[in-house]
Amino acid sequence: MIEFDGVAKRFGSQQVLRRVDLRVEPGQIMGLVGPNGAGKTTLIKLLLGLAHPTGGTIRVQGAEIAGGDGYRAQIGYMPQIARFPDNLSAAELFRMVQSLRSHAPTVDRALIARFGLADQLDKPLRVLSGGTRQKVNAVLAMMFRPPMLVLDEPTAGLDPASSATLKDDIRERGVEGAAVLVTSHIMSELEEMCDQVAFLLDGAIRYVGPIAALRAHTRQANLERAIAALMIREVA
Amino acid sequence: MNGVTARLAGIQARDVVRSRWILVYTSFFLLLTEGLLRFSATDEHALLSLATASLMIVPLAMLVLATIHVYNAREFTELLLAQPIARSSLFAGLYGGFALPAAGGFLLGVGLPFLVRGGGDPAARGALVTLLLVGAALTFAFAALAFAIALLTEERLRGVGIALGVWLLTAVLYDGLVLIGTAVFSDYPIERPLLGLMFANPVDLGRVLLLMHLDAAALLGYTGAVFERFFSGARGTWLAAVMLAFWIALPISFGARSFRRKDF
Repeated sequence: MIEFDGVAKRFGSQQVLRRVDLRVEPGQIMGLVGPNGAGKTTLIKLLLGLAHPTGGTIRVQGAEIAGGDGYRAQIGYMPQIARFPDNLSAAELFRMVQSLRSHAPTVDRALIARFGLADQLDKPLRVLSGGTRQKVNAVLAMMFRPPMLVLDEPTAGLDPASSATLKDDIRERGVEGAAVLVTSHIMSELEEMCDQVAFLLDGAIRYVGPIAALRAHTRQANLERAIAALMIREVA
Repeated sequence: MNGVTARLAGIQARDVVRSRWILVYTSFFLLLTEGLLRFSATDEHALLSLATASLMIVPLAMLVLATIHVYNAREFTELLLAQPIARSSLFAGLYGGFALPAAGGFLLGVGLPFLVRGGGDPAARGALVTLLLVGAALTFAFAALAFAIALLTEERLRGVGIALGVWLLTAVLYDGLVLIGTAVFSDYPIERPLLGLMFANPVDLGRVLLLMHLDAAALLGYTGAVFERFFSGARGTWLAAVMLAFWIALPISFGARSFRRKDF
């Protein structure tokens, strides 16, 4: 379970997050949406300890994260941009992250094969295409079967087949009881994956709830229209 | 070094060792040393030229290459930060994984041509060992400085610019500024302030350590000459070595501190 409680973040004079309250329960797939620059990535970085909040508390499985580093063992993270050391191979990268998480260096062949990475494992990462690197990123996030997943624009740059595979995997993890927080600019994709959606605007959560309820509330046919209606209403 | 740090340093070092720049860097010192040994009358002369070149090039290469390395590794660093490891271990691993192979490249480039000659002239052996140690120390000091600069400067171009500025100041302008200061204040007893200025620059410290073994004080700048007169023998060498160690420890702890606090 992931809990944000009154979380605020200021960079210099810029107040990126004002007051974020959000809860992602086990088995829940929460889509995080909002206009560009709303603070989605910042919120994720605060959760992972990449940046430090200027206010509020974040709890993972009930424990405050300010206390240590160990909690990250329970989170699989897929960042927006996949850039790795030029001269390492995907196999070396997987082994290294496993050793950092004190896992036995086993290869999840099924997962690697699902993303079509089997014959790319020993090439230097710099020669792989952007999409292929993104698949490496996906495997890194999923390979430990963590109880929580945090995915920042996971399907950006993926081909349709891999994108579908990833979405299926995410749904499956949700059914198995993982708490999933996912951002995307593609609303139809969130509609397909998520049961809940949180709308972030001006550094605060303006709506959180089931997608169907949001559609009904705004009287729109799909999530994209519903979010657009929310944005227009908030600005007006 | 704990286990996590060692594993991190290992994987970083593997990336660095396979990179093109370390190949160029090592080959440069290899060719320079080999050439100087072939065309100099004595090993001592070759070492003097090599020392002068190393005092300029090692700081420059480390400042530029390590700064760029940190910026290039930004996304990878974020990925590692999302793993269940402490930031202090991560910083030590990233820094060690860069500085250790870089120092290895220098030692190999300079050492190998001497090694195939059976160690070279026995009379110059003390100077050779000093050069290897000073070169390695400057590698660690300036790589750490570059890490600190890159971590504190969000913008890549600015970071590289600051790194170049630090190089100009420490390796090029410093002795000239000291000389101007000396000329201006020549009516006063300025030996002690001069000594202080010497401690404030790792390149000058390295230079003093080298000239104490090379008998060439006059060739190596004003602060060096003062220093030799003030501390001749073992006492001065030890003092300079301790100060150089301090110049490694200071930027490392500074870099580690900014790394612990940084918002990525």
